[in-house]
Amino acid sequence: MSYTIEGRTGTWEIVVGLEVHAQIISHSKLFSGASTTFGGAPNTQVSLVDAAFPGMLPVINHECVAQAVRTGVGLNAQINLFSRFDRKNYFYADLPQGYQISQFEHPIVGKGVVSIELQNGDVREIGITRLHIEQDAGKLLHDQDPTKSFVDLNRSGVALMEIVSEPDIREPEEAGAYLRKLRQILRYLGTCDGNMEEGSMRADVNVSVRKAGEPFRTRCEIKNVNSIRFVMQAIEVEAARQVEIWENGGEVDQETRLFDPGRGETRTMRSKEDAHDYRYFPDPDLLPLVLEQAWVDELAANLPELPDAKRARFQAEYGIAFYDAGVLVAEQAVAEYYEAVARGRDGKLAATWVMGDLFAALNRTSNSIETSPVSAAALGKMLDLIADKTINGKIAKEVFEDMVETGESPDAIVEKKGLRQVTDTGAIDAAITAVLEKHPDKLAEYRSGKDKLFGFFVGQVMKETKGKANPAMVNEALKAKLDA
Amino acid sequence: MSLDLATTRRIAKLARIGLEEHALEATRQKLNGILGWIDQLAEVDVTGVPPMVGTETETLRQREDKVTDGNCRDALMACAPETSGPFYTVPKVVE
Repeated sequence: MSYTIEGRTGTWEIVVGLEVHAQIISHSKLFSGASTTFGGAPNTQVSLVDAAFPGMLPVINHECVAQAVRTGVGLNAQINLFSRFDRKNYFYADLPQGYQISQFEHPIVGKGVVSIELQNGDVREIGITRLHIEQDAGKLLHDQDPTKSFVDLNRSGVALMEIVSEPDIREPEEAGAYLRKLRQILRYLGTCDGNMEEGSMRADVNVSVRKAGEPFRTRCEIKNVNSIRFVMQAIEVEAARQVEIWENGGEVDQETRLFDPGRGETRTMRSKEDAHDYRYFPDPDLLPLVLEQAWVDELAANLPELPDAKRARFQAEYGIAFYDAGVLVAEQAVAEYYEAVARGRDGKLAATWVMGDLFAALNRTSNSIETSPVSAAALGKMLDLIADKTINGKIAKEVFEDMVETGESPDAIVEKKGLRQVTDTGAIDAAITAVLEKHPDKLAEYRSGKDKLFGFFVGQVMKETKGKANPAMVNEALKAKLDA
Repeated sequence: MSLDLATTRRIAKLARIGLEEHALEATRQKLNGILGWIDQLAEVDVTGVPPMVGTETETLRQREDKVTDGNCRDALMACAPETSGPFYTVPKVVE
């Protein structure tokens, strides 16, 4: 069921394309040796190049190029061995050069594709148009003074990748799924931390509406949306606004707009009136960027396993369901943890424990997988204790909670608390005899045909052994005694 | 190629050059003179010649990903027309 808007004149569908700005992970900036660390004191991570002093020349950071190539490969995209830098001219207080060094005509990465999964399990492919490298601008602070804006150039010149999607997105949910998938891939690759709160990933959203079967109508661009939820909201309100205009006989202007989450509306961005006149031209300070295929191949060969591949492998190798595999690969650290637990053990049981008791414990103790009070090795050890019948599944829950609390090893906890499973037939028989003596009435009922009481006796015997009896052995011995 | 007054005004605005109304016509004529001179290039037949942006045959020199610069705020600020604490300041620009 796709997303549509019912208007007075008929049904409208939405057409969305996203331009994602992803900050490249690197130590120094794209064209200067200043640091990229987030949160430095204002204007301390600025070189003369970043502040656009006369005569300063840009020299490209090799690692930023490598990161863009890795990302291109991760997006199943074509890598262009020849690319070039252009100047995108516009005047703004956060842009000391008066132009942004970007790639216009010859981007480093061409067409690619990302597959996304929707809530209902549908899988869709979203095309990537291109990826290019460009400089970030500085930061303006407007709330420090009634008449002045303050400028911090720490971010000026930091390397960005602009990742442009095809207008393939037809629902707000797809936009959300696309952004989450893109962020996941970038994080796996280690090319962008994907942190939208700190602004290291932000999206420009192109939205238009049309009736089924029509060509594209005029689109609007909503700039700098900084959370996935806001992207989805912005698409909804902007599409509704456009439908309203068309249905009232109006014409949608192609323009740049801002999303105001507080008011739940988009509005025109005045400063961008002249923005479409960027007067691009090749940057005379920079020669063409020419890559060798062998180097690209080497980068591609050394990429980490990406989410889709890992998910397929988890299903095949550990016999877990598609959905579970998706949950376990969502974050690389979780996938690593799971695999350390599952390797050489029962993969399904490992998945149950990681997604069940472990996630619940992390949640309850406000921990992330990185700070988990129970290490993967310890959880694995505990599964071994279940496998070799030292403890049963029920006692394992108790042992696990103790591990969360004390951080001790499962063996130590089992020994200390005497939780070793009772597999001694004599002890089990004794417990059964004691239970039967305590409940002669129930025994009579059972023997007169009320076999539902079998469960009651199992429960009592487990209680008698403080939960430590091997359940299979209890069942067997109990059956023999009762039916004797 | 020849510029009209409106285009001249727009170019000035994009370049953030304050141009008095009375200076517009003179500027237009100067720019048209330059454009006319460049237009002479159109006389050369470049059919089948790929566009070229430079005469260099070298490719881009690259730098290692190391922090080698920065921490020079005082020097930067010394040249700024207006500052407040650790920031440059500009007339308020708010969306």
